[in-house]
Amino acid sequence: MPRPSELPPIKEIGAIGWMRKHLFSSWYNTVLTLVSVYLIVTLIGPLLNWVVFEATFAGSSSSDCKGEGACWLFIGQRLNFFIYGFYPDALQWRVDVMFGLLAVAFAPQFMERFPARKYFGLFGMTGLPLIGYFLIPGGWFGLEEVQSSKWGGLMLTLILAYVGILAALPLGTVLALGRRSDMPVIRGICVVFIEVWRAVPLITVLFMASVMLPLFLPEGMNFEKLMRALIGIILWQSAYMAEVVRGGLQAIPKGQYEAASALGLGYWKKMGLIVLPQALTLVIPGIVNTFIALFKDTTLVLIIGLFDILGAVQSTITDPAWQNVAIEGYVFVAFCFWVFCFGMSRYSQNLERKLDTGHKT
Amino acid sequence: MTNSKMNVEHPRSRPWNDPKVRTLAFQTIAIAAVFWFGWALFQNTLNNMESRGISTGFGFLDQSAGFGIIMSLIPYDATMSYGRTFWVGLLNTLLVSAMGVVTATVLGFIIGVARLSSNWVVSKLALVYVETIRNIPLLLQIFFWYFAVLRSLPSPRMSVDMGGLVFLNNRGLYLPDPIAEPGFGWVTAAAVIAITATVVMQRWAKKRQLKTGQLFPSFRVGLAVVVGLPLLAYLATGGPVSWEIPALQGFNFGGGITIIPELAALWVALSLYTASFIAEIVRSGILSVSHGQTEAAGALGLRSGLTLRLVVIPQAMRVIIPPLTSQYLNLVKNSSLATAIGYPDLVAVFMGTTLNQTGQAVEVVAITMAVYLTISLVISFFMNIYNRAVALQER
Repeated sequence: MPRPSELPPIKEIGAIGWMRKHLFSSWYNTVLTLVSVYLIVTLIGPLLNWVVFEATFAGSSSSDCKGEGACWLFIGQRLNFFIYGFYPDALQWRVDVMFGLLAVAFAPQFMERFPARKYFGLFGMTGLPLIGYFLIPGGWFGLEEVQSSKWGGLMLTLILAYVGILAALPLGTVLALGRRSDMPVIRGICVVFIEVWRAVPLITVLFMASVMLPLFLPEGMNFEKLMRALIGIILWQSAYMAEVVRGGLQAIPKGQYEAASALGLGYWKKMGLIVLPQALTLVIPGIVNTFIALFKDTTLVLIIGLFDILGAVQSTITDPAWQNVAIEGYVFVAFCFWVFCFGMSRYSQNLERKLDTGHKT
Repeated sequence: MTNSKMNVEHPRSRPWNDPKVRTLAFQTIAIAAVFWFGWALFQNTLNNMESRGISTGFGFLDQSAGFGIIMSLIPYDATMSYGRTFWVGLLNTLLVSAMGVVTATVLGFIIGVARLSSNWVVSKLALVYVETIRNIPLLLQIFFWYFAVLRSLPSPRMSVDMGGLVFLNNRGLYLPDPIAEPGFGWVTAAAVIAITATVVMQRWAKKRQLKTGQLFPSFRVGLAVVVGLPLLAYLATGGPVSWEIPALQGFNFGGGITIIPELAALWVALSLYTASFIAEIVRSGILSVSHGQTEAAGALGLRSGLTLRLVVIPQAMRVIIPPLTSQYLNLVKNSSLATAIGYPDLVAVFMGTTLNQTGQAVEVVAITMAVYLTISLVISFFMNIYNRAVALQER
């Protein structure tokens, strides 16, 4: 009768084995573990106290915030301002509709098995901005007009980032094609355009858009502040987008180009039907990553006086009606950004894993 | 588009079907369009400036600025010219960028290595750090450090006192300032000699190793020389350095080196933010070195420290350098966020105050953009040289 093989020693398996391997494998690892655990334990208590146990959630004004903890009441009271800015209360349903449509268009992208999710995404890139163009400013079909100076908060942040990326995509694609063109003049123009925009910080671009753009335009022609900021953001972003798309174009094997030419396709048909569809699919993770970067960078518009979500919070913190709420405000904004950015980066990482065929040319 | 039927009947008969003619035509049109666009912008700008009464040219750079700047590395006061404000701003930008690059690199490498640690707690802590910091806008982090942390520090009278030498309060961080006294030249000379000697020695050691295979502990000897020689000189000349210690004078501290809170907030935020990106770059760089390399090094009998230093790191650096360069460039560009908290960098001083006072938008914006373009080109140039040095030498 075969003897059952002996069980591995207790030290090597189970919880003890795991701890020996991952926490206490050598003397310095033991020290590191103990120090880190000590730090975590000492920090987490006061943190929880501040965030939850001693925090104020209910009340009506800053005098209700008496405890040692956070004053979340402040966020609750000003939430409307942080999301909609100065958008009139009675018309906020229009913004809510847009938020809803945004969720409808992009929530399916996180669900692998969702039927026809591609079309939801396409709607998000075509129909959604179109509806928003009519709905948010109003002034059409009997909708009351809302000046762009009244837009603000999270809504403005999303508009800036979304319009910025959407408009930069076609522009960036054209620039990327230009940079890979055989014609030296076209290539030169595109290279100079891309490299100059990529070298300068967004702040200088925004300053330029708000100070210099009025000088560039013919007399009598002028844009609102938001539009000027958007023009700056789009031009700046298109240079980054061009580099992302160029990466995709370079990843397409040469055989695809040659096969398209062999079939007798001209330049535009070759690019439009064969190369770009493949290249753009390949760079979706890259596009999402640039979107994350742009989304974070939209906070800069507060420097030229637009009230995005950070600008709204910053202006409320300095409001004398509320005192010592700076940390609460920043934590709230940080949380909003973190949720969006972390979600998107997870999405792009998953996609990257799925698109990675394992062979690179 | 070419019409294929026509092509068959009259091969290359029409000039617009000739690729050479077409490329030439496209490029001519492109040049014409760019020139027309530039010309239109130029004319519009001239007209607009004329109607607003703005003069053109760089003459304003010699006018007196008339505003103060809270921090300057070169002597500056309000009577000096706008040209001087440019240099003050530029130096402040370079200062915070250089400080940020150094700390972000050190921190980024530590965290990147920590993420690969076999220690579960350490690697998870590093992961939490990276995923938290890089998903929060930098401007928010700068605000947090400036308005929430540094503003809540005690006032100068209640300063945090570190050993009576270093003081921290809501006006800044005060450090003792070393002042060179006569005889300090000897220490400097010793340091220069030590560094030169070390470089020469390292070359000699490498040559000898290639010739005979004998190792020379050049790192340890070099370290001993570089530290020891200046120290000897310092002691021999009787310690020719005195320290100016900051002291409370009236409502604020005087003397010593002051790190203003604007600089501190910007520095901390830039370092932490960029470090989270560098950590990921370092991690992927180290992971890109295949396990076979480590095993081969072990089979050759290299100890683990030597494996890391001679096999893993040199190969990882090849992957790390290009993205690291773009992170450095990002850091320099991000330092322009200084303007949001009032640190007097190039954008805040020159593109902010100087532009507002003179109204010379075109000139000021052009100069500022040119500076950032130059910085970018210079950094890429040096990193490319370094990259070429560490790149795979294929023979």
